[in-house]
Amino acid sequence: MSVHAPGRVAYVNARLLDPASGLDAKGALLTEGEAIAAVGPGLFADGVPADAEVVDCRGACLSPGLIDMRVQLREPGEDHKETLLSAGQAAVAGGVTAMVCLPNTNPVIDDVATVEFVARRARKNGLAKVYPYAAATKRLEGKELAEMGMLAEAGALAFTDGVKCIRNAQVLRRALSYAATFGLLIVQHAEEPSMAENGVMNEGEMATRLGLSGISPAAEAIILERDMRLVEITGGRYHAAHVATAEGVEILRRAKARGLPVTADTAPPYFALNELAVGDYRTFAKLSPPLRSEDDRRAVAQGLRDGVIDVIASDHAPQDQDSKRLPFAQAAFGGVGLETLLPVSLELYHNGLLPLLEVIRRLTVNPARLLGLAAGELKAGAAADLTLFDPDRAWKINPDRFRSKSKNSPFDGLPVQGRVLRTVIDGRTVFHADA
Amino acid sequence: MLDLSDSYVEKNRSADRKMNSLRGKTVINLFFENSTRTRTSFELAGKRLGADVINMTVSSSSVAKGETLIDTAMTLNAMHVDVLVVRHADSGAAQLLSEKVNSAVINAGDGAHEHPTQALLDALTIRRRKGHLGGLTVAICGDVLHSRVARSNIHLLNVMGANVRLVAPRTLLPAQAERLGVEVFHNMRQGLKDCDIVMMLRVQNERMTGNFIPSIREYFHFFGLDYEKLSVAKPDALIMHPGPMNRGVEIDSDLADDVERSVIREQVEMGVAVRMACLDLLTRSPGENA
Repeated sequence: MSVHAPGRVAYVNARLLDPASGLDAKGALLTEGEAIAAVGPGLFADGVPADAEVVDCRGACLSPGLIDMRVQLREPGEDHKETLLSAGQAAVAGGVTAMVCLPNTNPVIDDVATVEFVARRARKNGLAKVYPYAAATKRLEGKELAEMGMLAEAGALAFTDGVKCIRNAQVLRRALSYAATFGLLIVQHAEEPSMAENGVMNEGEMATRLGLSGISPAAEAIILERDMRLVEITGGRYHAAHVATAEGVEILRRAKARGLPVTADTAPPYFALNELAVGDYRTFAKLSPPLRSEDDRRAVAQGLRDGVIDVIASDHAPQDQDSKRLPFAQAAFGGVGLETLLPVSLELYHNGLLPLLEVIRRLTVNPARLLGLAAGELKAGAAADLTLFDPDRAWKINPDRFRSKSKNSPFDGLPVQGRVLRTVIDGRTVFHADA
Repeated sequence: MLDLSDSYVEKNRSADRKMNSLRGKTVINLFFENSTRTRTSFELAGKRLGADVINMTVSSSSVAKGETLIDTAMTLNAMHVDVLVVRHADSGAAQLLSEKVNSAVINAGDGAHEHPTQALLDALTIRRRKGHLGGLTVAICGDVLHSRVARSNIHLLNVMGANVRLVAPRTLLPAQAERLGVEVFHNMRQGLKDCDIVMMLRVQNERMTGNFIPSIREYFHFFGLDYEKLSVAKPDALIMHPGPMNRGVEIDSDLADDVERSVIREQVEMGVAVRMACLDLLTRSPGENA
């Protein structure tokens, strides 16, 4: 990885994918220094500039760098599970050029100093860009509002209590109101805590047969229904994270139809897996929210197709061996996802559910726009954050080869199609598949 | 009313300020909520006019004895009082009392409802400085949600033809505030732009710990009045505050003391004159005009 400023790089023989402009065509792209200088099907018709380094894409797809809007970093506080460096390496290996991290570190990201610490440490690594969420309530306790205005000025992109649901309706109402004062976004983990308290997987036949305590899908619906009413009375911008149930999708569909300022994301496990993955008590399939039924999985995929769900995020949640090698009920929730985000998302394309450009839209420009990031587009002047990938190359997911410090993938052993070949950040190649 | 108040301002500034137009009249300051400046102001106003003024501060312990607001009213009514000045933590308390007693009742602040004499003294202060109220742009900034001062000022200023703006974070604005005939802003620089009067409201400390506002420093950063935020207002814009001030919370300390811009102390002076006019008008016999 070079640290000096890059010169001019010409990416030729590419299939350009730019959802923002609707571009899906053979062409080329030129970067100059840290920015995109030119892009288009007719570029270099008169030949490549002599001083430019040439990268022959050999027909592979060149898209804006992926933006992963839901990543749990474990630094500061749990560096044995993941660090900013290991997450940065995992991200670029997965084609992710920007990740937005949850505030559930130790210390919690609820003050200006911690926001600046994370941003500074990540910059030093020179890998995927890191943007922090900050806590919506102090210490993630769900009681008192965090200093959202000042945190936003320091660089916090949006506000969330991370893996905790803001359960008190009046607190969430005030958080939405207060955030709306500054035009800020609140991200909710929509799960009624009292119904999830002892649950470890989806409630239903599977849980009954396994003898595990379940979490009803209504836990998501109850919070989403309530929250839509709070959005309505406050006018605050609301984002539902990792939507996993059919009812949840329906609630969001109705809210959007009514014009409420609501957006949503889901993660690959929720449209690629169902509760059967829990199988023989596989703790790597113990996620929060839990993997749901096959009907829920289909509804989530349909929600992605219809645009009810705007974004696909990895929901990267590293856990070490000691947290997962336990009886199912005692194991920690969560799965790593940075390095499997693209190939599993591409299943939507290979299954004919979404055109390739639409899959990429949900991984790039959609998260950028809803978070207010100037990123996710192939256009002259934009930062040269690029992902080069072969959408068809087949491989088998093998967590032992992950860059991430933790290997807890629910997709362990899954055959997939789609491989990241090269990741470019600010004009510099930071990952190369053959390297 | 404001003209009469004006005449009392001059009188109060003269050496010979003791009058006897209310000789023999009884004024009771019935305060169910602590207040120093309003009570003192009414007391002084009554005494300047020659009335007998009695202060009753009803502490919570007296309420604990079981006497209801109406019982208290009936007791006082039996004593043939001329004016009851009432301060109460509950909205509507002054109205309830006025329905039960024969004397005149002046609302000296009820809950988050109204504080009419504060609005009158603010109007007098503005009129003496600017010559008129109509057409002026007045920005009322801060905790509108809990403020009776804001509500009374909105009503009075609207009647007098001023343009009223509210500037506050959404958590400190009451529901449907725009229905009160005001323009609502959530940003000081936008809300103060080209305004003639900046009226700051007190923010109670207990509202600053995360329920309505995350912290004092965040509040001051975005909504506290300082020279920088004031710079977008008209160059001769005046700063007002009903007191007591939280320096460094809603207002920069130096700015509060800046005699060029701040009329906060003048407001206190006008308070006595306005309350004299209120007592004067309410104790005249029917048919007697100002």
